[in-house]
Amino acid sequence: MDPNYAPYVSVLACSIFVLGLGAVILILNYMLGPRRPTREKGIPYESGDEPHSKPRQRFSVKFYMTAILFLVFDLEVVFIYPWASKYSDWLKDDAFAGIAFGGMMVFVAVLTLGLVYEWKRGAMEWE
Amino acid sequence: MGFEQILFWLLALGVIVTSALVVLPPGGKNPLYGALLLIVSFFFMSGLYVLLFAHTMAVLQILVYAGAIMVLFTFVIMLLNLSKKELGDETRTIAKGVGVVAVVALAVKTALVIETQTLNIPAKPLPAGFGGVDAIADTLFHNYLVPFELTGVLLLVAVIGAVVLAKRTL
Repeated sequence: MDPNYAPYVSVLACSIFVLGLGAVILILNYMLGPRRPTREKGIPYESGDEPHSKPRQRFSVKFYMTAILFLVFDLEVVFIYPWASKYSDWLKDDAFAGIAFGGMMVFVAVLTLGLVYEWKRGAMEWE
Repeated sequence: MGFEQILFWLLALGVIVTSALVVLPPGGKNPLYGALLLIVSFFFMSGLYVLLFAHTMAVLQILVYAGAIMVLFTFVIMLLNLSKKELGDETRTIAKGVGVVAVVALAVKTALVIETQTLNIPAKPLPAGFGGVDAIADTLFHNYLVPFELTGVLLLVAVIGAVVLAKRTL
């Protein structure tokens, strides 16, 4: 087996353990737990109150906007991570240190423009 | 068949079956089941990246696709929140029939090409640290600095687009 796979042996072992434990808990629960359903047990839990609206409602588009803004900055971090991992090596090379620093600063500045725009437009206020 | 090949076929089968179930029942009946099955498909895809030694891609596939992008998909499904009545009955249209024929034709053609073609790509040893974050950082900043900066502009467009769509004005 290729030595490149070595770190994944523990990943595989952990996955099997996690999936197995989940399955065992569900199966034991199914086999051992008593099932006496009543109408009260079947309704959605709203802190003990009777639910006062149907659960199938349309969600506000604001949730979507928050999610897409999160995704953009999530991807920004994805790009910063390899850069940060390599940056100390690049600093030793005088010719490349400037490009390594400037390149990332331009990238972050462009995305900060987006952050300023959404802040000014009030996109982060819930209303 | 080697250990790697067995893994490849298992993972490839997983990708195809779970992806098909996204559009066929049960996924096709309830969009949320489809979204969940797509997550499973992404995990199998991540396994294929591991077989290619693309370690960073394998992690990002799960972090970004199964994590963040699936949240967006689920949000859209819950935003629309279509009931069975609004979704309408399953219909057999000509367009769907043409689609099925096209997919089958493409599969047959691909199989034929793979059968007849003998690829002669000489095996080369992988460079040290292949697929890791350091190797990606080197390629990104040495060879693809301009595309990388343009990616920043693309993300900026996504931010502005999301705000404009939600606020309805510029």
